[in-house]
Amino acid sequence: MHIPDGYLSPQTYIPLMGVFVAATAIAVKKVRKDVSARNIPYLGMAAAFSFIIMMFNLPIPGGTTGHAVGSAVIAILLGPWAAMVAVSVALIIQALIFGDGGITAIGANCFNMAVFMPFVAYYTFKLFGARPAAKSRVFIAAFVSGYLSLVMTAVLTAVEFGIQPMIASAPDGKALYCPYDLSIAIPAMAIEHLVLFGIVEGVITAMIVRYFLKNESGLIYAFGKGGKND
Amino acid sequence: MLSVKEGKMTKFQKKLLFILLGLCIITPIGIFIPMFFDAGDAWGEWSAETVKDLIGYTPAGLEKYSDVWNAPIPDYTMNVDDTSVVHQSGYYIVSGIVGASLTYVVMLLISKLIVRDEE
Repeated sequence: MHIPDGYLSPQTYIPLMGVFVAATAIAVKKVRKDVSARNIPYLGMAAAFSFIIMMFNLPIPGGTTGHAVGSAVIAILLGPWAAMVAVSVALIIQALIFGDGGITAIGANCFNMAVFMPFVAYYTFKLFGARPAAKSRVFIAAFVSGYLSLVMTAVLTAVEFGIQPMIASAPDGKALYCPYDLSIAIPAMAIEHLVLFGIVEGVITAMIVRYFLKNESGLIYAFGKGGKND
Repeated sequence: MLSVKEGKMTKFQKKLLFILLGLCIITPIGIFIPMFFDAGDAWGEWSAETVKDLIGYTPAGLEKYSDVWNAPIPDYTMNVDDTSVVHQSGYYIVSGIVGASLTYVVMLLISKLIVRDEE
């Protein structure tokens, strides 16, 4: 899901970079207001976790690979704004140091996996209205949150890929950037995430939320605790 | 590097750090399993050469931008040409530890700049 350099036209990556920068400015204010200093180690670990979990490539047999992102569990535990900052740091380091995801596509990749995904995940989880005591409901809510948010992020990424032939083609009709249109990109990205990668994101999200519920339930942001005033 | 601020960490937080370190060490799973199932690149993350094989030409924009950045540790390996699976696993683990530690430290620094508690 890390869009490389050369797949998106400037008409796509520049606006997405703008949206990402604007979202970051809001995130800084929100995190300052929401996050207690004693939770700083969790922010560091959340970013590191996102970095590592994306290294676990999983195969569609005979086909492509993909991976979980970790944005869903971080959004539930630390809040969507903190997740945004943490996952952005991981993505930017992946791009700069490891060439995973393009430099020109940093805004797009951060918008997809660090802005869109944690917010979808967080509000999906909240929609279940699960209280900490209802453990199996929390587990299911966390699974659906991880599953749905990754699948939707994959579709968003596919849309960014798939609109390229429409907005930027050479006079002879050849593609300039991503050569595949929406009718190819969306099914390809959606199916692999629906059948495998989304499930993995869901299971990871549910297991880690359950682990925190048992060991550090006061932290869980989605339950309205863990802020500065608790 | 992982021990920054360790003095202030709770037992639970230290335990989580060890779990993260453990995850770094088992990252080569992310190489082995795809290899076993004969799975290749992620969708949309092909090199310019692979795209040429797929559609018969290299899109001009892809050609122009694909080499815009030379990452110091491209593809989480220190030697792309090394065919030894054991060596590649080692490179992958080192990349994981370097990358995760760097991410951790950068995020801690950013968090400290952002979060200013009145303590």
